Amino acid sequence: MTAVDAIAEPTRPAGWLAAARSRLQQLLAFASLMVIVGFFSVANQNFFTYGNIINILFSTVVIGTLALGTTFVIISGGIDLSIGTGMTLCAVMSGVFLTNWGLPLAVGIPAAILFGGLVGLVNGLNVAVLKIPPFIATLAMMLVAQGLALVISHSAPIYFTENPNYVNISIGQLVPQVPNAVLVLFAAILVSAVLLNTTLLGRYTYSIGSNEEATALSGIDVRRWKIVVYTLAGLFIGLAGVMISARLGSAQPATGMGYELQAIAAVVIGGTSLAGGKGSIVGTVIGALIISTLNNGLQIMSIPQEWQNVVLGVVILVAVYADMIRKGER
Amino acid sequence: MKKAQLAATLLAATVALGLSACGGDDSSSGGSGGVSGDKPHIAIVSKGFQHQFWQAVKQGAEQEAAKEGATITFVGPATEADVEGQITMLTNALATKPDALGFAALDSKASAPILQQAVAQKVPVIAFDSGVDSDVPLTTAATDNKAAAAEAAKHLAELVGDKGKVALVVHDQTSRSGIDRRDGFVEWMEANAPGITLLPVQYGGGDQAKSADITKSIIQSNPDVAGIYGSNEGSAIGVVKGVQEAGKQGIKIVGFDSGQAQIDAINSGLEAGAITQNPVGMGAALVKAAMDAIKGQTLPKTIDTGFYWYDKTNIDDPKIQAVLYK
Repeated sequence: MTAVDAIAEPTRPAGWLAAARSRLQQLLAFASLMVIVGFFSVANQNFFTYGNIINILFSTVVIGTLALGTTFVIISGGIDLSIGTGMTLCAVMSGVFLTNWGLPLAVGIPAAILFGGLVGLVNGLNVAVLKIPPFIATLAMMLVAQGLALVISHSAPIYFTENPNYVNISIGQLVPQVPNAVLVLFAAILVSAVLLNTTLLGRYTYSIGSNEEATALSGIDVRRWKIVVYTLAGLFIGLAGVMISARLGSAQPATGMGYELQAIAAVVIGGTSLAGGKGSIVGTVIGALIISTLNNGLQIMSIPQEWQNVVLGVVILVAVYADMIRKGER
Repeated sequence: MKKAQLAATLLAATVALGLSACGGDDSSSGGSGGVSGDKPHIAIVSKGFQHQFWQAVKQGAEQEAAKEGATITFVGPATEADVEGQITMLTNALATKPDALGFAALDSKASAPILQQAVAQKVPVIAFDSGVDSDVPLTTAATDNKAAAAEAAKHLAELVGDKGKVALVVHDQTSRSGIDRRDGFVEWMEANAPGITLLPVQYGGGDQAKSADITKSIIQSNPDVAGIYGSNEGSAIGVVKGVQEAGKQGIKIVGFDSGQAQIDAINSGLEAGAITQNPVGMGAALVKAAMDAIKGQTLPKTIDTGFYWYDKTNIDDPKIQAVLYK
């Protein structure tokens, strides 16, 4: 067992009991989601239909994509507050690339995603090299991105008149009855799961989050890997920007504020610790689904808007506390 | 340190790349700060940048200011939910000692203390778009939102044949415009269309994506919904998107304001029609009233800037075209 493995596995001690407990924890998170689904299905007959399940998945795409990228950052012990407005800036850039500069879809879309990576790279450099605390560094980027989005777009939406097929990325249906956005989300989940669970990047992410000093002392270039983690989160920001602008058919420069808190809430509900070192992609997906399912179910039941946020806040508290008890921290 | 220089360079590069994508000049209006000698300075705080409506108001204000020989500054918060941000902007605007203040309140009551300060500073206040629950503004240049919403209700009732379920997606419940456009619609329906069942009102904050998700939930729980009303630009565009995404045919949509997406939807038949305000006229009326106030003239209590119903049949009418914005 290498030094890195030793650091990265403090939450997974040897023994079949512990392995079973770990499985149980993930199953319990999934069970919470099923309880919520069960409740709404009983409360309103229109909830548990194929169309509505698709609606829930569709409404999870943007926040879910942001949450996937942020999972890496939070597990590594950092945080990224710039994901909301960063997404808006990337959406604006997709408008600039495709409409203003007239680039073809095959060039403009990757360019917008890579621009997100650039935003993430700057975050990573600020955190890893300049050693600015992640909260501050990404807060600053959040403001810069928000302002730049308005400046670059002249405070006006950019429409994709040159590329009417752009919206099909989101609402088109390669598979009948399944919006493409949902397929993109599945692909993003798959990629994140592979990255986090099987690659060096994943192991180092856990390691740095668990014990940064020990990781550095065992010869890992912590600075470099932190930059990689934030840049990866940036690529997800770029993807989210593409998905939201494709759905709306326009790049809206004034949206995005508040999306970061929803994405972080999804990550936290899913069992990732804000202190770093623990978390999973499955957890994040379940957390994102819990939030969007609650939103959808409450709307279907016509619960007054005012109560929806109250319910959401209470669920977050309960979910995180239950997770802490299960993990033996209370 | 080499790495620090690299970081700084990359940050600068990001900003430079972003700015190069700007293209032409960034239009910043008028002068800034205090009385710049001869030209009166009017500070305008709008509801924000979330909708193109405000850019049209700004345009009207700038045109009138140029005519009257005044300068204006035009600011607003990032979203129409940011009440606190707007209060801060109001405070800052007053600190520049303007000759007059134009203000579209996000929250009718929250701004009361600042308005008292304007009185103390002897700065005339002109309210626009949403009225303020206060005696401080000398006049309010606005659309009669209740009457406009009633007009929307009248057309939607006609479109659905005076029966069936009708849903509302409203932008908020704290601003005057949100409250009036909801109440005006509901009251007309209750008084004139007893055969129509109104579904519980949902609030989407004017956010297109949120309004689209809400619309889909409404359709999901009421598959037989006959008509949906969106009370502002973002809500209406969200409703159109939501109906499109749900793949439902036959739902009659009535919206508010314009914007390119709504204009396209009306032209293509997705949306039945909408009520347009007169944002350019509102901006001009606001500046004119401010100038009159500076000159010490008395002003009427309200200035009705007007509204019009438009749909496919009259959208190309020059009178309508003049008040639409993209």
